[in-house]
Amino acid sequence: MKPRTGLYGVLAEFPDPQSLLDAAERTTTAGYTNVDAYSPFPIHGLAEAIGFHRSGLSQLVLGGGVIGGLGGFFMCWYANVVSYPLNSGGKPLNSWPAFIPIAFECAVLLASFAAVLGMLGLNGLPMPYHPVFNVPRFDQASRDRFFLSIQVRDPKFDHDAVRGFLMGLNATEVTDVDW
Amino acid sequence: MSEQAPLHEVRPTTQRDIPERFIPVPIVEKGHTFASVTDQISSIVLKKKTPIGWWIGFGITFALVQVLMVTLARVVFGGIGNFGINHPVGWGFDIINFVWWIGIGHAGTLISAILLLLRQDWRTSINRFAEAMTLFAVASAGLYPLFHTGRPWYAFWLFPYPNTMGLWPQFRSPLMWDVFAVSTYATVSFLFWYVGLIPDLATLRDRARSRIGQTIYGMGALGWRGSAKHWSRYEHAYLLLAGLSTPLVLSVHTIVSFDFAVSVIPGWHSTFFPPYFVAGAVFAGFAMVLTLSIPIRKIFKLQDFITMKHLENMGKVMLATGLIVFYAYIMEAFFAWYSGNVYERYMILNRQHGPYKHMYMMLIICNGLAPQMMWVKRFRTSATMLFITAMFVNVGMWLERFVIIPTSLSRDYLPSSWGTYHGSPWDWSMFVGSIGLFLCLLFLFLRLLPMISIFEMRTMLPEADVHEAEA
Repeated sequence: MKPRTGLYGVLAEFPDPQSLLDAAERTTTAGYTNVDAYSPFPIHGLAEAIGFHRSGLSQLVLGGGVIGGLGGFFMCWYANVVSYPLNSGGKPLNSWPAFIPIAFECAVLLASFAAVLGMLGLNGLPMPYHPVFNVPRFDQASRDRFFLSIQVRDPKFDHDAVRGFLMGLNATEVTDVDW
Repeated sequence: MSEQAPLHEVRPTTQRDIPERFIPVPIVEKGHTFASVTDQISSIVLKKKTPIGWWIGFGITFALVQVLMVTLARVVFGGIGNFGINHPVGWGFDIINFVWWIGIGHAGTLISAILLLLRQDWRTSINRFAEAMTLFAVASAGLYPLFHTGRPWYAFWLFPYPNTMGLWPQFRSPLMWDVFAVSTYATVSFLFWYVGLIPDLATLRDRARSRIGQTIYGMGALGWRGSAKHWSRYEHAYLLLAGLSTPLVLSVHTIVSFDFAVSVIPGWHSTFFPPYFVAGAVFAGFAMVLTLSIPIRKIFKLQDFITMKHLENMGKVMLATGLIVFYAYIMEAFFAWYSGNVYERYMILNRQHGPYKHMYMMLIICNGLAPQMMWVKRFRTSATMLFITAMFVNVGMWLERFVIIPTSLSRDYLPSSWGTYHGSPWDWSMFVGSIGLFLCLLFLFLRLLPMISIFEMRTMLPEADVHEAEA
C-alpha cells in the first residue's frame, strides 16, 4: 500500500478545557463533521460536542456476559453430566446450583474482555502512528494542552477558510498536519 | 439570572457561619495545575537517579524472594511433608496465607470499582497503587494452593481440556470454583489496572527523555492520543468494568468461604461465611492499603495528593468493616450455643479454652478491640495511630484464619483422630518469602509506573470544570 501523503488536516491549540469545549461546539455548529478533539483527561460533553453519541460498547459487553455465562454452564454440564457422569454423594447428575459459581465467573470474565477489547477495537487502538503526532507541540496533549483538528476529508474543508475559522476561535496556535 | 453557579459553589444562605467540620476538605491540596500534577507524579518514575531508600527496600525484599525460591525448591524436590501439615490438619499455613492474601487484594478492587460507582472522588489518589497491590497480593496468594497441590507441574489438570485420559474436572467441587474465581479475579484485576494505565503511559511516552523509555511506554500506551471519541468509549468501558468487578470481588471471597462452608467440619459449616469473609477481606485490605500508603506518601512526598482526608476515610472504612467482623465473631459463638449441637458447642469452647486459646485471645484484641481506636477523630487523623491500628489488623486477620483452620481441623468429630498443628520452619520461610515477593513487586511498580493515576488527578482540579453551553 502506498503511504498517504499530503495534508491530514489543521490542528488548533487551546489553553484550557473550557475554550476547547466552546471551540468544539462552534465548529460543529459551523457545519464541520470530520472533527476531533484531544485532551489530557476526559471532558464531559466534549464527545457530544463533536457529534459523537453512542459508543456501542454496552451491547458488546452484554453479549460477552451472556455467552460467558451460558458457555460456562454448558462446560460444567457437558463435562459432569454427559461426557463423564460421576455420582457424587447421591446428588442428581445435573446438580445445577453447583455449576452456578463457575458460570458466573465465566460471564464476568468474558464481559470484561468484551469491554476492554471492544473499547480498544472500536477506538482503532493499538495505532502506533497517527498524523497528529507529527506536530511537535502535540506531546503536551497528554499534559496540559487541548487540541482540536478539522480533517481534509471534511466536505466543507477549505484550507484558508479553516485556518481563519480556527484562529477566530481564540486558538493560541494553528498548525497544518501532514500525513 | 443569566448563569447559575455550579452546585458545589452554592452555599446555604440561611446559616451564616458554617462550622469548619462541615466544609469539605479538598482532595488535592491548593495551588496545583494540570502541569504540576503531571510533572510531580511522572517525575517519580522518569527521573534518572533512583533514591537510595528504594535500593535498600528493593534489596531486602529481593533477598526475601530468594528465601521463597529456596522454600519452593525444597517443597518441589522434597514434597509438601516439609510443611507442618499432616493428618488431621491438612490445610495449615497454605490455606491460612492464601485466604489472608486474597483478602488483602480485595481492597484494591473495592477502592477502584465500588468507590467509583459510589462516586467517592477521594479514591482517585489511591486507586492505582491499591490495584497494583491487588495484583501482587493475588500473585502471592496463588502460590499457596499451587504448591499445596504437591505436584504443581500437574496444575493444568484443574482446567478443563480434552485429554487422553478421558477425564473432566469435578465442577461440583469448591476447589474448582476457587480455580475459576481466583483466575478470573486475577485476569479482570489486571485488565482494569491496565486500562487505567493507558492514558498515563501515553503521558510517560511523551515525557520520557530516554529512547528506551519512550519505546516501552509507547508500546504500552497503544498509540493513545486523547481523542474525545476515545475518551468517551474509554470512560464507558471503565464504568462497565467497575460494574463487573463489583459483583466479581464479592463472589471471589464468597467462593473462598465456600471452601469452608460447603464442608461439614464444625465451625466451618455455616451459612453466614460469605458476608463474614467479604467484610473481613475489605477490613484486611484497607489495613494493608494504610500500611503501605502511610510510608509511601512520606517517602515520595505525596502529602498533597494522599491527604489526611484519604487516611481518615480509610480509617473509617476499617472501623465499619471491623465492627462487622467483630459482630461475626460474636455470632459464631451464639450460633454454636443456639444450635444445641454438641460438636459446634465444643468447637467454640475449644477455640476459647483449648490449645490455641492464645491465638483466639490475640485475635479478639487485634480485630475486635484495636480498631475501636478509630472512633476517636484524633487517632483517625494521626498517621502514626492509623499505622499502628492497621498493623494490629494485619496480624489479626492472619490470626482469624489460623483460628478457623487448624482449630477446627485438629478437633473434629472423632477424638481418636485429634491432633495438634504447628507451622514448620518451611511454612514460615514461605510466608516471609511471599511477603517479600509482594513488596518486591510493589517496589518495582513504584519505580517503573505512575503510582497515582495522573489523568484522574487532573480531573480533580477545579480548573477541569467546564460548563456546557445552553442548547
